[in-house]
Amino acid sequence: MVRYRQCEEIQKLMNYPEIIRNTSIIAHVDHGKTTLSDSLLAAAGIISEQRAGQQLVLDSWELEQKRQMTVFASNISLTHTFQGKEYLINLIDTPGHIDFSGAVTRSLRAVDGALVVVDAVEGPMTQTETVLMQALRERVQPILFINKVDRLIKEIKLTPEEIQRKFAKIITRVNGLIEKYAPAEHKKDWQVKVEDGSVAFGSALHKWGFNLPHMKAKGVTFKEIIDAYAGEHDEIDRKVDALSKKAPVQEPILDMFVEHLPNPLQAQPYRQSQIWPGDANSPVGKGMAKVEPDGPLLMCVSTIEVDPHSGLVAIGRVFSGTVEKGKVVQLMTSRQKGTIQQVYMSMAADRVIVDRVPAGNIAALSGLPSIHVGETVAEEGSDTRSFEGLKYVSDPVVTVAVEPADVKDLPLFDKVMHKLTTEDPNLHFLINKESGEYLLSGMGELHLEITAYRMQEAGLKVKISKPIVIYRETISHDYKGPATMGKSPNKHNKLWVTMEKLPEDIIEALRSGKISENQTRDDRAKTMKGFGWETDDAKNVVAIEGNNILVNRIKGRQYVEEIMDHVKSGFREAVFTSILAKEPAYGLKINLEDVTVHEDPVHRGPAQILPMTWRPIWCAFLLSDPKLLEPLISFECKVPNEFVSNVIAIVQKRRGKILDMVNEEDMIIVKAEMPVSESFGLADELRSSTQGRAFWATQFSRWAPVPEQMQAEIIKQIRERRGLSELPPRAQEFFEEA
Amino acid sequence: MGQIVFVGLGLHDDLGISLRGLEETRTAKRVFIELYTSLLPDFSKKHLERAAGKEFREVSRKELEEENGKVVLDAAKDGKVVLLVPGDPLIATTHVALRIEAEKHGIRTHIVHGSSVLSAVMGLSGLHNYKFGKSVTIPFPDETPSQTPYEVLVQNRKLGLHTLCLLDIKAEQKRYLSVHEALSSLLEIEKNRKMRKVMPETLVVGISRAGSNNPMVKAGYVRDLINYDFGEPPHSIVFPGKLHFMEAEALIVLAGAPERIRRMVK
Ligand SMILES: Nc1nc2c(ncn2[C@@H]2O[C@H](COP(=O)(O)OP(=O)(O)OP(=O)(O)O)[C@@H](O)[C@H]2O)c(=O)[nH]1
Ligand SMILES: [Mg+2]
Repeated sequence: MVRYRQCEEIQKLMNYPEIIRNTSIIAHVDHGKTTLSDSLLAAAGIISEQRAGQQLVLDSWELEQKRQMTVFASNISLTHTFQGKEYLINLIDTPGHIDFSGAVTRSLRAVDGALVVVDAVEGPMTQTETVLMQALRERVQPILFINKVDRLIKEIKLTPEEIQRKFAKIITRVNGLIEKYAPAEHKKDWQVKVEDGSVAFGSALHKWGFNLPHMKAKGVTFKEIIDAYAGEHDEIDRKVDALSKKAPVQEPILDMFVEHLPNPLQAQPYRQSQIWPGDANSPVGKGMAKVEPDGPLLMCVSTIEVDPHSGLVAIGRVFSGTVEKGKVVQLMTSRQKGTIQQVYMSMAADRVIVDRVPAGNIAALSGLPSIHVGETVAEEGSDTRSFEGLKYVSDPVVTVAVEPADVKDLPLFDKVMHKLTTEDPNLHFLINKESGEYLLSGMGELHLEITAYRMQEAGLKVKISKPIVIYRETISHDYKGPATMGKSPNKHNKLWVTMEKLPEDIIEALRSGKISENQTRDDRAKTMKGFGWETDDAKNVVAIEGNNILVNRIKGRQYVEEIMDHVKSGFREAVFTSILAKEPAYGLKINLEDVTVHEDPVHRGPAQILPMTWRPIWCAFLLSDPKLLEPLISFECKVPNEFVSNVIAIVQKRRGKILDMVNEEDMIIVKAEMPVSESFGLADELRSSTQGRAFWATQFSRWAPVPEQMQAEIIKQIRERRGLSELPPRAQEFFEEA
Repeated sequence: MGQIVFVGLGLHDDLGISLRGLEETRTAKRVFIELYTSLLPDFSKKHLERAAGKEFREVSRKELEEENGKVVLDAAKDGKVVLLVPGDPLIATTHVALRIEAEKHGIRTHIVHGSSVLSAVMGLSGLHNYKFGKSVTIPFPDETPSQTPYEVLVQNRKLGLHTLCLLDIKAEQKRYLSVHEALSSLLEIEKNRKMRKVMPETLVVGISRAGSNNPMVKAGYVRDLINYDFGEPPHSIVFPGKLHFMEAEALIVLAGAPERIRRMVK
């Protein structure tokens, strides 16, 4: 058990934002983030030096330890002395696998700087680019650590010159990515440079590392480093150990955090406009820019944990004000109030109770009702805005059907599913009413496998189906006929709608949260006008579901307000389970054109209004050449020349398309795209056909129409699975005579 | 040729059907019964089936509305079908849709009226039927309670007319809105609208079990009636408008209204 004797000291340092660094370690999967974090913790005296690199403290969960893979982001605070002054470093280790990229997105909101770790042998990979893009999008400044240099020496046996050339290449690639994704004003000054010490290299496993200033100060040359790996086994051990004593990896890294990454006072003013749409001149805006501990509270929740004792624990960055036990706060998006019951700081898997956490730090708190990730916690009564929504890089595209192995476990099943989905917002759980199926959707096979393990851990035995792919339903073109009309079942209410296909830029804006229901009506109208919408439509967006928009064009009719809530629910249901195969609709703009409503409230209740809304939507949808969309993944694979043809064959066999092939020394990088439905078991096949020599990664790319000739068959299969009739309904079935 | 006869069941039990209605039921090829639009407190389907000499098929809201009454229309293609409906078949229901659909299919339709809550309320309260304005149903309050009942009240008041408020029933769930709940929800709306139409001192008439052999009628102020025990459902309320002197007299004698209401007579 780790003991955190520094807690008291940390609590003191929390009050001085200029000595705080909120940082995160990000990288492609397996590039060595957690191994490196261990060394940082050892330096801070949190674990013993010998065990660093093997203990993987921040992989505190048993399965993470077993698999040597990070699943959850993990926070820890440590202190570091630089040039005679004490600093407080709040560090978040993040997962690298794309299936857990949601945790990266959430963590980045809480930090101002990120250490990008790159494996010297593999070089920057797909996920390196993705995490760097995520960081820069949140205005998080990067620095670089080139890891696993021992392998360049031991396995690949490069000369000092070759090593330096290799570094230069990696740095250029990383700087290229920074140039590409950084906000305009930081494209230049956020470039990482060997000369100023914002780049370090070393071996996290063998616990040595340098940046240029350290190398100079210690008078170490590349040749000396390479020599440490020459000779007999015991000799190497001794020499490498000496190297790690002379140049411990944490020294340059912790120094870089202090020297090159911004403190909250520097970062919050320029991050503010990117992550928070409120008024910079309001009291909250000023409190945020000045990291004011006495200002009005503003905190962004980036993680939720369900604790058996304290209930929901929300962890996030405090941007303004101070979180304190007993403080009454408002939750901005759910429009609720609550009282903070307990305040903590996180120490890996542990939580330490503290009295207060002021602005500029990461706090954990309990006691707030039904809080969710992304929620804004604000001062009671303050007039402020929610933080921008978190922009995930991927959608949950793989689904399995789950059910408790024993029906008696249904209550436990409900409880466990609730816990899992609260803690992991990238996990979607829904109950299919017709078939009674429980569907669990995640970011990939691994994500679901890990989730299944977590259920088991909670004492729940479940039956899990093979992966099911989630599709989307859309139209090929705008609906062209006169408005379709739907009647309520009692025939006393009528609704007319038309339908348009949203362009990709709006769909992307919906996905990224740039257009959302959380915006005020005016803000949203402004955004929509920016996309070229007419004022009337822009102002009258009344609901958004997935990436579908409902616009109310009805004017001068009685009782519209009274039924609008039901119409919105009807719209949500109609697009959430669309009509081809009950998959969600994609990119529809639905316009309410006109309505006639019964005089009496009981004849226009939800039982009447919901069907009246579904029917004309589905009718227009079916009349606009509906298409089924399937998720594609992008696939990037680095493979030695001699195996390229095998990789290409695998891609083609799986309905994939090669997009690009680039030479990199004696390796070739194959970039391709393939349907998720064809990607299952890809890992095994790649491994066996390249003798394990391929480095590769996949990630969600986009939605694309399924091939024309396959559409009917796929629809049939989905409908069968859902217990629906073989063929989707025809438009006539929803068509009403005036 | 097919025909559908809509037969009203009246307000209370299996004796509310008219002799003509019973005769139509006896001679029908098939008999359907709908019991979701209103509550018949002491109705026994069995007794009426015995009197009619045949079994009735109960139809759900889903069958009559979502499925467009297909079961009834199909059965009516070549013979006489009866649809038994609580109250008066086409008052406060939407069955006119079925009538129209039937006629469009060449099926003739007839109505055998039953007594309706509308006339029962007028009779029980002594308020004159000439002076009622629009009536309205107060629904079970959900997240955004309907403003319509309040608005109807405002409109009728402007013209000095009485307002009959029927109270929502969810027969499928055996839930019936009570006078207490209805007045509470109106007071809630009053808080926002502030037009002083439903105040503690507003005169109101509560009626329960209209059409039964133990109906209850009580006139008084909202603050008193909101806690008055009206007993078993169904309940309704009336907000009187301007009172004729005979109406005031009736409310005092028949419904226990306070003497002071004589002052409201114009
Ligand atoms: N040779 C060598 N191996 C290393 C080095 N750093 C890490 N590793 C190994 O690389 C593997 C992955 O290390 P982790 O620290 O778990 O990597 P990670 O980036 O945290 O992985 P995820 O969290 O799953 O993305 C482990 O087997 C480590 O022992 C290094 O400097 N040299
Ligand atoms: Mg890790």
